[in-house]
Amino acid sequence: MPPIPMGEPARPRREPILSVRNLETHFLLDEGVVRAVDGTSFDLFSKQTLGIVGESGCGKSVTARSILGIVESPGKVVGGEVMLRRDGAREMIDLAKLDPKGDRYRAIRGAEIALVFQEPMSSFSAYHTVGNQIIEAIRLHQPLTKKQARNKAIDLLHMVGVPKPDRRIDEYSFELSGGLRQRVMVAMALSSDPRILIADEPTTALDVTTQAQVLDLLRQLQDERDLAIILITHDMGVIAEMADDVVVMYLGKEVENGPVDDIFHNPKHPYTRSLLNSIPSILARPRSKLSTIEGSIPHPYARPPGCPFHPRCTVAIPGLCDSQTPRFLPMGDRQGVSCFLHHGPSGQSMPSGKDTGARHDAV
Amino acid sequence: MPFDQQTSDGGGAKDPAQGQIILDVKNLKKHFPIRRGLLRRVVGQVRAVDDVSFNIRQGETLSLVGESGCGKTTTSRCILRAIEPTAGAIHFRIDQGEPLDLGPMRKRDLRPMRQHMQMIFQDPFSSLNPRMTIMDIIGEPLLVNGMTNLVERRERVQELMGLVQLPAAYINRFPHAFSGGQRQRIGIARALALNPSLIVADEPVSALDVSVQAQIVNLLLELQDRLGLSYLFVAHDLSVVKHVSDRVAVMYVGKIVEIAKTSDLFETPKHPYTEALLSAVPVPDPRARSKRIVLEGDVADPAHPPSGCYFHPRCPHATDRCRSETPTLNETAPDHAVACHRAEELDLRGVTAAA
Repeated sequence: MPPIPMGEPARPRREPILSVRNLETHFLLDEGVVRAVDGTSFDLFSKQTLGIVGESGCGKSVTARSILGIVESPGKVVGGEVMLRRDGAREMIDLAKLDPKGDRYRAIRGAEIALVFQEPMSSFSAYHTVGNQIIEAIRLHQPLTKKQARNKAIDLLHMVGVPKPDRRIDEYSFELSGGLRQRVMVAMALSSDPRILIADEPTTALDVTTQAQVLDLLRQLQDERDLAIILITHDMGVIAEMADDVVVMYLGKEVENGPVDDIFHNPKHPYTRSLLNSIPSILARPRSKLSTIEGSIPHPYARPPGCPFHPRCTVAIPGLCDSQTPRFLPMGDRQGVSCFLHHGPSGQSMPSGKDTGARHDAV
Repeated sequence: MPFDQQTSDGGGAKDPAQGQIILDVKNLKKHFPIRRGLLRRVVGQVRAVDDVSFNIRQGETLSLVGESGCGKTTTSRCILRAIEPTAGAIHFRIDQGEPLDLGPMRKRDLRPMRQHMQMIFQDPFSSLNPRMTIMDIIGEPLLVNGMTNLVERRERVQELMGLVQLPAAYINRFPHAFSGGQRQRIGIARALALNPSLIVADEPVSALDVSVQAQIVNLLLELQDRLGLSYLFVAHDLSVVKHVSDRVAVMYVGKIVEIAKTSDLFETPKHPYTEALLSAVPVPDPRARSKRIVLEGDVADPAHPPSGCYFHPRCPHATDRCRSETPTLNETAPDHAVACHRAEELDLRGVTAAA
């Protein structure tokens, strides 16, 4: 499969620092194999924000965990590559081939790729002060004394905008508000100067006003530190606000990717279009009905044959979409899509692919 | 198509503003005591709901919005007397009768009232008993209220399932066999079983995926048109609120700071908090990335609220008067009340389709 070119056109052509190719992560259960991630590919560049968006069960969180090598048993990365360019190195290394419990992975996890979790309440220990937890993370990767690490932790808390960091450092997570907790989480993730930050639903549990603060913080830190951010969310509003490029997933499959403007204003996949149409907008007329996607997301054990979206798709082609799986192929220079409307079964381009456009152009 | 598509698309086809007031809440308060020490002495009060007044007309949706901890859920629970209010009157009108005050009513007298006001819960996974079939779940309120004939009850349950667009063939299944959206339909059917006039819906779609959320929002709108229901809708997602509400009340630290018709509140907010709340909502369009008002700090602690206007420490427009004097909720335009000293002079930014 040819790599899908991504990244803002205004930016100079650069080498990706993370390149995921055909990632497959399966959960081997007694009831059968759940293909949580089933062939996802994307590139990540420094200073870029890549949004991964989808509904529950689409595999967006498992993708993040696969990159970090922290997929929970019985899940396993069974195929594909996670190529990382280490700091200053010319060659890329394939993380998927490393032992997830080994020292080499451990040296990368947290130090070069860090993770911000969704639930700041449950991801901190309630038995230790937040300061001790940050200090632990710092000393895991850096040869500092406790005193030095503590000073660094205070600096980090100051950087993420925690007021009175020298006092907050000795508090427990339950003493902090949701927004402060998420700031502390970001401080901890950044403690070893990672180049890649994976934020898994970082604002989902927060109020909109706090969400705005945390999103602003992420943007500011990205500018200051040239961070590459993978932002995982179900919220199309957050994606529109933050992402440079977007990967849309459905039932473990990447259905479309491309620059954020194209995804919102020229979506190619019927799922992307339906998803955009079904989100309630603050700009809507009061008491107006939403357009819906019929049915619900299939149970992971009962994944439909062919294109996973075909039972809910209004433009599915009988005899094709329900039996064959479309390949993920490029669409133009910057977008990619897996849909028979755009690529025939043999992969040839289908100029008849209907272009109904997104609602923002239509309204 | 079980419903004829009529009024809800038109926006103004029906006018709930003409309906009779069925719920009138006056000066509702709920204070939780803070107890400390060996003797559990009361050392303070958390003013979760602090002097809240509003009304709801028949066929109307009023939404309560605000950040977590603002008292919106406590308010809704007090109205159902699921939490005992500290003070205030809750006048509720049943079947065109005289309004009755639920506030001081004894538990025994309250019971017959309950069939007229029902609740839809947030989490369809924890609000249905996994060991009961759909027949038992939806049929339980019918049985409790005297419909002992099994055949009759089964018919009514099937009718309700049709109303929420669930296949009647699923009647003997257990909740685990259903998706989140279908479970929420079951919860709605149960709430409708006794023909209530008021539905309190506490975050009814926030646990659902976007594609399913749209189905449930539409279902709630259709049911309202068809059955003339009134909704008290509690939600934090302002986009959903815009889609379902006739009027919106914004709460901050236990008080209503602004209440108005939906389009007025969203397009011409009068309270700086409403403005900030609206501007924080991400618009699902990358071309609409705009300058947001990012509020500093956190929501005030309802146990130790600031002096004057509770919002003044975070308000960019605060003056000395705001720091000392608590504003009251005043009508600045018809059906538009706001609690802000500077409501008349400030020119605040709302959200409009042109933005």
